[in-house]
Amino acid sequence: MAEEAKRLTRVKGGRIIDPSINLDERLDVLIDGDHFKSLLQPGEEFPGVETVIDAGGMIVVPGIVDIHVHLREPGQEYKEDILSGTRAAASAGVTSVCCMANTDPVNDNSSVTEFIVRQAKKACFARVFPIGAVTKGLEGEVLAEIGELTDAGCVGFSDDGRPIMNAEVMRRALEYLKRFNGVLISHAEDKNLAGKGVMNEGDVSTELGLPAVPRAAEEVMIARDICLSEMLNARVHFAHVSTAGGVALIRQAKARGLPVTAETAPHYFKLTDEAVRGYDPRTRVNPPLRTEKDVSAIRAGLADGTIDCIASDHAPHASHEKDIEYQLALSGISGVETILGLTLSLVGDGTLSLMDGIAKLTTGPARVLNLEVGTMGRGKPADLTIINPDIEWTVDSTKFLSKGKNTPFNGMRLKGKAHATIIGGKLIKITQGRALAL
Amino acid sequence: MPEESKRLKHKNLLGMGDLDREDIILVLDSAVSMKEISYRPIKKVPTLQGKTIVNLFFEPSTRTKTSFEIAGKRLGADTINFTGKSSSVVKGETTLDTARNIEAMLPDMLVIRHECSGAPQMLAQYLKCPIINAGDGAHEHPTQALLDMYTIRERKNRIEGLNVAIVGDITHSRVARSNVFGMTRMGAHVTVAGPPTLLPPGIEKLGCKVTDKLEEAIDGADVVMMLRVQLERFETKLFPSLREYSERWGLNVRNVELARPDAIVMHPGPINRGVEISPEVADGPRSVILDQVQNGVAVRMALLYLMTGRS
Repeated sequence: MAEEAKRLTRVKGGRIIDPSINLDERLDVLIDGDHFKSLLQPGEEFPGVETVIDAGGMIVVPGIVDIHVHLREPGQEYKEDILSGTRAAASAGVTSVCCMANTDPVNDNSSVTEFIVRQAKKACFARVFPIGAVTKGLEGEVLAEIGELTDAGCVGFSDDGRPIMNAEVMRRALEYLKRFNGVLISHAEDKNLAGKGVMNEGDVSTELGLPAVPRAAEEVMIARDICLSEMLNARVHFAHVSTAGGVALIRQAKARGLPVTAETAPHYFKLTDEAVRGYDPRTRVNPPLRTEKDVSAIRAGLADGTIDCIASDHAPHASHEKDIEYQLALSGISGVETILGLTLSLVGDGTLSLMDGIAKLTTGPARVLNLEVGTMGRGKPADLTIINPDIEWTVDSTKFLSKGKNTPFNGMRLKGKAHATIIGGKLIKITQGRALAL
Repeated sequence: MPEESKRLKHKNLLGMGDLDREDIILVLDSAVSMKEISYRPIKKVPTLQGKTIVNLFFEPSTRTKTSFEIAGKRLGADTINFTGKSSSVVKGETTLDTARNIEAMLPDMLVIRHECSGAPQMLAQYLKCPIINAGDGAHEHPTQALLDMYTIRERKNRIEGLNVAIVGDITHSRVARSNVFGMTRMGAHVTVAGPPTLLPPGIEKLGCKVTDKLEEAIDGADVVMMLRVQLERFETKLFPSLREYSERWGLNVRNVELARPDAIVMHPGPINRGVEISPEVADGPRSVILDQVQNGVAVRMALLYLMTGRS
């Protein structure tokens, strides 16, 4: 457990990047208890500082926010639980996670939300913001009690993993959410078009003989939800955008001034369906890995702001659910421990500036869900991620703190790694991949 | 028996990609001498005596399983059939666990049929025992392609330069894929044809031509291979009715005349008479459908010999 925060803490000697105010300077950060107080010039005296954290040679950014995570608790603790998932997050520099509602039981009523909030408080490695279900049981038919879920702490609503196929249900959900300023996170997938598909439809699926999902399964639902957003002037956030067509639709919608936002996940800008050759089930994910053309479009969408943020879609599974036939394996990638390194690779290859790369992990996602984190603004929660930008490392899932070892990135060389995080003024040190609350 | 010095380059036969041109010729040549064994009064040689071959079938099959069983027995091996059931994570034993249990009994060869594409590839990563893929999902059925090529070579004395039409449900056909891979490697000109809903995207990148018109595919063909229409497909909106399918993509006494006069008609079976092929054509003079079945035994004997014979 973390010890009590000292009253005044100074994070010293780092390069401070805060995309919320477009700041990139060598400054010290002053934390008062659990919130930010001010930024100080290096060497500027400030009386009463009790703790000094040395960030020399480091990049200091607002705590990383991953708005798409499956923590699996309650119900599937063998895959992950709130403690293991938040510890994994902390070890990788993520200070806030939004956890999806497809637990067992589903987070479609306040007692489940309250349970998640309680478990997260006990774990205290990262902030946990629950996402509530849009519909009861994720069945896509009857609205969940969105008002009560909001009061209990849900920060967004999604039937993630289960598309809402009935357009009228989607319409009513969007309408109803307006009363609560709620954001609906759309898992855009036409179930009929997707069928039993397990990978992207194209040359590779043809060669491998695997049932395939056309890109249009994503695009038609994005188009539908954009129409509904326009009709109702309602907030829609698109989860895990994977297609060039999806990016284009969202870009047009934003140009028309619609209140839509979007995220993508690192595997959609790092991998293509070529990775499925060899039938490695760790490449099975929903939506599926697409093609080079889509990867380029996702990168362009990140660069021009069409895609607001990067989220991991952390989907831990047990080995007996993954190391089986491709068609029987469950979809998902254990991603919270690679999100920072993979995002920084976009900075490394020139796709994004460092400021933009950091924004996609901090200010960007926080704004999507109106979270008060993702900034070093005075009085805001004192969450920081301290990044060692020079460390080179190799992804090795056997070292993951998540229970889910299912990643297609094993063996990939990455540069830049979290050195420590600060949550609510409390330091969480990371030593050799272990997250230790001090 | 083929020369002792020659052998296949890979331990497993998971797909036609495991065989180069030289390997294919070795298998087909070996099968010639194997075929002769089946015509002897005593159809058995002791070549694989003491070898254990397990047919591990996770998907129902009669012909392929019987063919492998007969092939093994004619070479003197002990062949055992094991019918597994592929299951999802929640129920029952996994395919890998089943295969590991069988492997613990020290077979010399596993012949695997599975409804999931890539299942033999997965097992090959974990098992030491050599594996022959006897059909995986919609991916590959390499022994079928080899017996088809054997049959073509037997009738035409060559494969190179022949025009081959493969007609039917290409999307879901492992036979089509293995034949496209194998025959193009051997220099045939392959055209695949079927309703647009049953032609997978990018199939032409495998080296074949594509058309949605039966007539275009069989015009001037030396070989016409009709694929079985899986009857459940028309319930999944892939074509309107068997009647219309048969009218547009079925082979009959009239349209078969578009092929070369000496063209042969093939089918991997089981056939739906009156759907993809009319009875007159299936039983007619061009049909080599039963030769395919007979040659299947010879080709599988050759593979078992080449893959387990000298270890």
